[in-house]
Amino acid sequence: MIRNKKLVVSAIALVLIQIPVIGAGFFAPYDPTVQNRDVPSSPPTSVHFADSRGRFHFRPFVCRWIGNTSSSGYQGSHEDCSKTSSLRFFVRNETVYDGQVRKSSRHLFGTDGAEKLLLLGTDEYGRDQFSRLLYGGQTSLGAGLLATGLSLGLGLVFGCIAGYLGSWVDDVIMRAAELFMALPWIYLLFAVRAFLPLNLDARQAFILLIGVIGSTGWARPSRLIRGVILSVKQRAYVLAARGFGVSSMSIIRRHILPEVSSVVLTQAALLIPQYILAEVTFSFLGLGVSEPQPSWGSMLASLQNYYVLTAHWWTFASGLVLVPIFFLFYSLADSLQRSVQIFDLPK
Amino acid sequence: MISAVAPRLVRTLFLIFGVSVLAFILMDMAPGKYLEEMKLNPQISPNTLAALRAEYGLDRSLAARYFLWLNSAARGEFGFSFAYNCPVWPLLRVRAENTLILTVTAMLFSWAVAIPIGILAAARAGRWQDRVSALSTTFLLATPDVLLGLALLAFALHTRWFPTGGMRSLASSERRLFSSAQDFARHLFLPAAALAMGTLPTLIRHVRSATLDVFNSPFIAAARGHGIPEGRILIGHILPAAANPLITLLGVSVGTLLSGSLLVEVIMSWPGVGPLLLEAVLERDVYIVVAAIMFSTLFLIAGNLVADALLYMADPRIRKDQP
Repeated sequence: MIRNKKLVVSAIALVLIQIPVIGAGFFAPYDPTVQNRDVPSSPPTSVHFADSRGRFHFRPFVCRWIGNTSSSGYQGSHEDCSKTSSLRFFVRNETVYDGQVRKSSRHLFGTDGAEKLLLLGTDEYGRDQFSRLLYGGQTSLGAGLLATGLSLGLGLVFGCIAGYLGSWVDDVIMRAAELFMALPWIYLLFAVRAFLPLNLDARQAFILLIGVIGSTGWARPSRLIRGVILSVKQRAYVLAARGFGVSSMSIIRRHILPEVSSVVLTQAALLIPQYILAEVTFSFLGLGVSEPQPSWGSMLASLQNYYVLTAHWWTFASGLVLVPIFFLFYSLADSLQRSVQIFDLPK
Repeated sequence: MISAVAPRLVRTLFLIFGVSVLAFILMDMAPGKYLEEMKLNPQISPNTLAALRAEYGLDRSLAARYFLWLNSAARGEFGFSFAYNCPVWPLLRVRAENTLILTVTAMLFSWAVAIPIGILAAARAGRWQDRVSALSTTFLLATPDVLLGLALLAFALHTRWFPTGGMRSLASSERRLFSSAQDFARHLFLPAAALAMGTLPTLIRHVRSATLDVFNSPFIAAARGHGIPEGRILIGHILPAAANPLITLLGVSVGTLLSGSLLVEVIMSWPGVGPLLLEAVLERDVYIVVAAIMFSTLFLIAGNLVADALLYMADPRIRKDQP
């Protein structure tokens, strides 16, 4: 039963966006941590169809980019079209390591020579921004999704306990929720982050970040879920089930959780972008996933340098990519809310 | 009124107490301590460290330290900053003032923009004005604060119309009052604009939906039927009726503004609580962290209290409901 076109379109678009991020190993042309020190901060590579003599090539090619990094300071950089590589699909890159030629796994696209196709330019270490964007998405989107799962899981547990048991348990849990909601969210995240170790490797930091973001956000969903449960608990069929002697656990499982699921879905669509943003904010401020592992936040962090901010416009890519993603999540949440309302009206 | 306020005040006090206890417990669980980094310094002897620990009271139990902290809070110090080697309050006070200036300006700014736009969108619901506003609010809503701040900063750097960072120019204290105020306003504009733009979409949407409900109600149709001019209907009938949810929103938006301001302050180097807190987190200057968190809680609670008081004044029904 598909009621809402907007809902389906945004859900499909969101899934499509995840594909290149999850499959970054194939879709990204290069390793996100490999530094090309000869081309730091180069702009996106321009793709040519015509060579210097004006001849047209069916297979587009890229020129060598030469960054002038002499010790006397920045002297600009330029293209040198005497050396070119043409673009190909499904390539294997060759790297020379310890005198041995190593072939990488197949990538969706790349070049057949030493010249690289840098779709979004490079950062100040010469790392390919496009590859970092895709791998960084694994960190940022992954943290958002997992933290949402944690947060909703906690919210569900506490909300169910508070709503179903009621009395003093409800009181204690709801006062605790108020405590967590009394703090502005970034301050709360900072408070929890402040008291955890600073020097962590990327994997630990990632798990820690999910834990911090997810565990501080349980209050709002648990309050909403509690509210739903309080109203469901009074419905005739639940009272009847209880009268037949059905145990609390199976009442919750069979009768209450299905009613809660729409609230949980809507909350998920609202929380995921918020938590992606939390990860980006943390990494931007240097409290998140550390170098050289990419994250959209740490990629944006180089914009804190005024020179990069004005001169290297391509560094904005990891921030700009958030706009369509957030837009899709919000429209998903919006249409979920509407469809839930339609669903609820006849009761 | 007192009977209505008293239980809330008690609850608020409990809330503040709870936040401080929570912050302290978290602080105790922290693995790194400020003084432990000094251990690595060969010039500081273990005896000196022990003396320092005793001086700061770090060798006592958690409960004892909490009471020490309460004591210093009562003296108006709110603990001691290791990094700055002075009580926390004088440090925090200056920063908190700056944050307050920024957030209040941004709040006024965003409401001043959101109310006319929201009313216009509601009055022309479904027409192009409404669509333009809906489209731009959706776009703004999807733009993260970080990106907004950075984009505005890049804009300022390109055009050189606004100073980038800080609160005052170096020479401004020597100038006369008017020009130094002007200098201050120029510094304030960019961070306030970034912050206001972050909260704007939510406000516009709420203003639109609140006024739209009233626009379609029978008593407005009746007022139109009586031939009352649109301007008077808007100010005399629609706005008062729509004020209720908006005032509640005012209280809620304080939290969003505080969170946003932390980020904007760091990006635009506005000397508020944000940069101080970030620095303290990185240096493990725990009492500053605790105090900054307390400040943010107090500010948020104060915002909600102000909103409730306004609601109490604006809506006679709420006054009647109170015993």
